[in-house]
Amino acid sequence: MPADLKTQSDLANVFDEQRQHLAVVLQKAPEDISIFRGEITVRLSPDQLIFALSRLKDSTGGEFTQLSDITAVDYPGRSERFELIYQLLSVTLNQRLRLVVPIAENAVAPSVTGLFTSADWAEREVWDMFGIFFDGHGDLRRLLTDYGFEGHPLRKDFPLTGTVEVRYDDSERRVVYEPVQLTQEFRDFDYESPWEGIQTSMRQVDASMIDPASLPKGDQND
Amino acid sequence: MTDPTIKPLTMNFGPQHPAAHGVLRLVLEMDGEVIERADPHIGLLHRGTEKLIEHKTYLQALPYFDRLDYVSPMNQEHAFALAIEKMLQIEVPRRGQYIRVLYCEIGRILNHLLNLTTFAIDVGAMTPLLWGFEEREHLMEFYERASGARLHAAYFRPGGVHQDLPDGLLEDISAWAKRFPEYIDDLEGLLTENRIFKQRTVDIGVVTLDEALDLGFSGPCIRASGLPWDLRKSQPYDVYDELDFDIPTGKTGDCYARYLVRVEEMRQSLRIIHQCIENMPSGAVLAEDHKVTPPRRDDMKTSMESLIHHFKLYTEGFHVPAGATYTAVEAPKGEFGVYLVSDGSNKPYRCKIRAPGFYFMASIDQLSRGHMLADSVAILGSLDVVFGEIDR
Repeated sequence: MPADLKTQSDLANVFDEQRQHLAVVLQKAPEDISIFRGEITVRLSPDQLIFALSRLKDSTGGEFTQLSDITAVDYPGRSERFELIYQLLSVTLNQRLRLVVPIAENAVAPSVTGLFTSADWAEREVWDMFGIFFDGHGDLRRLLTDYGFEGHPLRKDFPLTGTVEVRYDDSERRVVYEPVQLTQEFRDFDYESPWEGIQTSMRQVDASMIDPASLPKGDQND
Repeated sequence: MTDPTIKPLTMNFGPQHPAAHGVLRLVLEMDGEVIERADPHIGLLHRGTEKLIEHKTYLQALPYFDRLDYVSPMNQEHAFALAIEKMLQIEVPRRGQYIRVLYCEIGRILNHLLNLTTFAIDVGAMTPLLWGFEEREHLMEFYERASGARLHAAYFRPGGVHQDLPDGLLEDISAWAKRFPEYIDDLEGLLTENRIFKQRTVDIGVVTLDEALDLGFSGPCIRASGLPWDLRKSQPYDVYDELDFDIPTGKTGDCYARYLVRVEEMRQSLRIIHQCIENMPSGAVLAEDHKVTPPRRDDMKTSMESLIHHFKLYTEGFHVPAGATYTAVEAPKGEFGVYLVSDGSNKPYRCKIRAPGFYFMASIDQLSRGHMLADSVAILGSLDVVFGEIDR
């Protein structure tokens, strides 16, 4: 976002223009393009990804020539479990753009290494951490985890403590792998208050959304 | 007839090697002394930072950012603090912003001092390191006087900085900053026109601008390829838009250009430091919104509300509205981004750390192909990699 646009209506106008423009470039409905805190997000399906990225990279007014990052987010409850996130940067337009691609657990994502070299390691990392397979990636090995590692650590169902631990065994004279043994059970404290507590989002709550019946009555002692 | 092709010699570089700048295992396929393929094996310092952050409140997660690029800890904290501030839409007091910028630039000099001097030692020059680490010691002392810690500061907080600067610190930083150009001149006297240094770095590891964009480069490495791209100018945060400084760029995109860009960036950082000290406003350093920032210690002795705020902040923490943001800062190494996904609770749902060094490391194969073995050390040094942030 250019810094000289301060007012909300200015921002809204600029965003509306960008949204229309992007919708044309990507052949998407404007509803798939959203903005939050001044950042533009486009939702796509995996089969549209390559088309969208090549349009964004090469078209005039797109020029998103740098793929800053690829990552994923795990939502275990959803039918399409993962969201792949592509962060694009245009240095000529001074603009960022985020593509969000929902993808099912056993689905295969298209690799974008043909378009952006920076996708090489980024996709390897996503494969390593989330177990999302990329079709067309020439060298999809694990990147950050140990040789012979099992599981995908950033999935929400992977335990924080991991599954194996290593130590040097003096008698065998080598490093051995053993299942994790905790002297104390791992405790994940939930400090979240069952009451409203510190809800910073409270300040943004629209007054009309509060049900008057739920408000405390004046005659009650608490 | 026997097969005349010779299988390339595979060689291990690291994981324990002083020129690897940390724990890097570089598997090199060599044809004589020429590198045919370089395959970095990273992850030896992987600590699962992103996973750990998902299990901590926002405030508890902040110190992990010191431990990423441990050479310039506060610049990393800055990205995380800015991301949270963006989600919460809180305003940082002016003095807080100036202190942050001041310390970011100190961090930049800390980083460049380490990088340039270790780069020099990699290619055979010992003296810059000995001199440079003395200067780093002064800077870490400034860190310590502000935050209480030399390295893992946890000083930048959502809403500002944790505490105000002690009396006399600004004067001392100013005195140091007046004296420091002399060191830069000495450093340049040793290296810039040094024949051996130039032989080791000029035309080594050349990255063109298109390649640099394609490889995901940022920071000094992309500027050395000729693009005046700096997030402090192009997407300014805090008070960078009010400060006067220049963006040095290189022309050739080789190791020597990256060295020159970093040297000039240290001089520009000094300009920013002087401006910050001159214009340092008075007032609060932390936002007054006590749903996010802790109350003052003396308030807690008299005000029940402050005590409750303090207790709630350090147990439950604050809640961040649901949504996602990608916030990037110009860390000394390049674009350091935090992709923060909140589900409206007191813990981040997902926090992806986009480390600049990760993409530099990924490019090693492309950069070092066809170069000599000794050049791979120069390339590695000039890219400025630290494994804390690459392995996360």
